[in-house]
Amino acid sequence: MEELRSTPIANEHVKLGARMVPFAGWNMPVQYAEGILAEHAHTREKVSLFDICHMGEFRVKGKDSAEALDGILARPVRDQKTGVCRYNFLLNEKGTVIDDLLVYRITEDEFFIVVNAGTRDGDAAQFRRHLPSGCTFTDESDETAKFDIQGPLSVEVIEKLGFKRETLPGYFKWIKGRIGSVDCLLSRTGYTGELGFEIYVPADKAVDIWNIIMAQENVKPAGLGARDTLRLEMGYALYGHELNLETTPVEAGYGKMLKLESGRKFIGSEVLVSSPAKKQLVAIELDGRRAAREGSIVRIDGKEAGKVSSGAFGPSLGKAVAMAYIYSGFPSSAGTRVSLDAGKASIDGVIGELPFYKNGTARKNI
Amino acid sequence: MKYYSADHECIWLDGEVAYVGISKHAAEELGDITYVELPEIGHDLILGDTLGVVESVKAASDVYAPASGTVIAVNERLVDDPGLINVSPEDEGWICKLDNIDHDELDELMNEEAYAKYLKEA
Repeated sequence: MEELRSTPIANEHVKLGARMVPFAGWNMPVQYAEGILAEHAHTREKVSLFDICHMGEFRVKGKDSAEALDGILARPVRDQKTGVCRYNFLLNEKGTVIDDLLVYRITEDEFFIVVNAGTRDGDAAQFRRHLPSGCTFTDESDETAKFDIQGPLSVEVIEKLGFKRETLPGYFKWIKGRIGSVDCLLSRTGYTGELGFEIYVPADKAVDIWNIIMAQENVKPAGLGARDTLRLEMGYALYGHELNLETTPVEAGYGKMLKLESGRKFIGSEVLVSSPAKKQLVAIELDGRRAAREGSIVRIDGKEAGKVSSGAFGPSLGKAVAMAYIYSGFPSSAGTRVSLDAGKASIDGVIGELPFYKNGTARKNI
Repeated sequence: MKYYSADHECIWLDGEVAYVGISKHAAEELGDITYVELPEIGHDLILGDTLGVVESVKAASDVYAPASGTVIAVNERLVDDPGLINVSPEDEGWICKLDNIDHDELDELMNEEAYAKYLKEA
């Protein structure tokens, strides 16, 4: 087995009492001393800091970049404005998902792309294979550190770092700035459903910046465990669970965003247009605290109708929730009663609507 | 006196009644507990039977009977406050009470000292 990689913050995590676990080839904090439920609540109520240095960052430059990326990625890139971030998908020829990623338009001819840790090398290969010679592709992951500051009080923290409130980017926008003498990229994005920012700094300054943020009032660290329960309550897809090489973005519920009806062509688009979806992602609210786990069979009227892709107790909901794929031919509308296999028992639930958690502050005006 | 199983259940006696829970170590390993499935009162358990389930945010774990006996009470507080197991393992976070315990089976379990050694070696 390949040796686990560590982020620049590994020693800080240990000092903070983190429990470290392997995740996508990286040694990452799943939780700190207070535990997942406390970290989850702190993110919903105050502000948490997440070390996301494991994720990958690419840069694509060149006169034809927008045109080229528009043919490689499933959502349009050409019409994306400078200063805006757009959630997007890298597909293969079968129309299934190699990765989900975030594209930042830096200038007319320059893009910054943030990808998952476990898919980084495969993504890079796909971009390199399909980008024309006029575009340069750089994998900047090793030189780039990423931290997420998430929670309703995150603006106050960002202000303490030297940013002025009136200059902060709107939802899914980014700005360049400085923390002390360190250049950074700051976007109003995140994976928790709360008001928050993702911040990119040079890896060799990562520990300093981490400690500066940690020293701010109300900031506590949160690990991957809370990150997962927070995103699940919002119904955000997680690569390897809701999205994978057996799933198209249409099946995952992102069909409308792809603008297929416009006739645009991108890798995988032909299959998406010609082949009907084999399954549909749904949100399931369970009747109690007991969670269904990934892989649990979903039954409708006793028949096998689908499979759970993620499931856990939702700390802010007080009950368990799940996301699941329902096979085509079975009802997938809200209100449909389902039962989920859990070992020898089964758990009853009902198909609902996303997000499960409806009080998130992510889009709040600041 | 507390006894421990290799699967990290803990059992302790109060007169003739035995309390069953999971060990402090098991509670720490599981992390924040979010759900507990309790056994049925009156159920006759045989050593090794599944008596319930303890779930944390990240994992679910069966709880096995560390000794044979009859379930005479369950800890109803865990229904709404499963985190009581994290707060007070091997004490207020007990899962059920057993009667008609087979004392020979208790002797087969580890005492505190042996369990501490077992954890160190694991």
